[in-house]
Amino acid sequence: MKARVTVTLKTGVLDPQGKAIEGALRSLDVEGVASVRQGKVFDIELDTTDREKAGKSLAAACEKLLANTVIENYRVEIL
Amino acid sequence: MKPAIVLFPGSNREGDAARALELTTGRAPAIVWHADHELPPGTDLVVLPGGFSYGDYLRCGAIAARAPMMDAVRKHAASGGLVLGICNGFQILVESGLLPGVLMRNAGLRFICRMQHLRVERNDTVFTRGYRQHQTIKVAIAHGEGNYEADDETITRLEGDGRVAFRYSDPDGNVTDLSNPNGSTHSIAGIYSEKFNVLGLMPHPENLIDPLIGGVDGLPMFQSLAGFSRAA
Repeated sequence: MKARVTVTLKTGVLDPQGKAIEGALRSLDVEGVASVRQGKVFDIELDTTDREKAGKSLAAACEKLLANTVIENYRVEIL
Repeated sequence: MKPAIVLFPGSNREGDAARALELTTGRAPAIVWHADHELPPGTDLVVLPGGFSYGDYLRCGAIAARAPMMDAVRKHAASGGLVLGICNGFQILVESGLLPGVLMRNAGLRFICRMQHLRVERNDTVFTRGYRQHQTIKVAIAHGEGNYEADDETITRLEGDGRVAFRYSDPDGNVTDLSNPNGSTHSIAGIYSEKFNVLGLMPHPENLIDPLIGGVDGLPMFQSLAGFSRAA
């Protein structure tokens, strides 16, 4: 079973990297970009077929390590 | 004073910390491996040194904060033992929950390596007894992620409880936006835990202990610590 975890900065947390990318896109004349926030994606392979079990493991992974919940949100997708 | 330094894969300032501790306490600190589970018996002070533990992968200090030895450090802190986290060590302390907030990428996005003035916010803690109140000191900074951020409530609590240890300042001790190298909230360079037995700071006092290499403004911190013993 495969899963994808997406970690993003919470709203209101300053993201200087996103801002720099936003500025770079503008200087490349890419049109229509209002703002950019940078995040992280983790593709995780699980050795179970039990979706409920997988969901629990992934939530634990996010809470314990993958996201710093002070500043980051996470989203889990089981693919 | 019985010090121990935790060594993580990617630590690189453990030698500087050891030198500062040996010079002031008269004994070489124990170097303990991150994957071990216990501190040497009778440890008074644990130092988490600077460096790039685990190559700063995931988030600075994130993986080191989950090392087995950190459970022992948590226990040590809970029982009133001293913990000093310098630079990457500070990042590890916030990731491990021993100190609140986070250290974000520097506002200017650059790694900053240079000398910097700090204002000592209070001199009545076990870490800063050797300084004068509001003394301005000159120490080295070397970090890419030193921009201290926390929610408003946490900042208010830290300020209200006098838990800011050091602020970035100009040579005269004025704390201004211009003297803030990395965008830290309220120019915070270091903070204490609730019980003032845990200190995390981005600057490197351990590198300023010898007039030969730029000054001795870091020395009073280690002299202050040298006078501590848990029995006292």
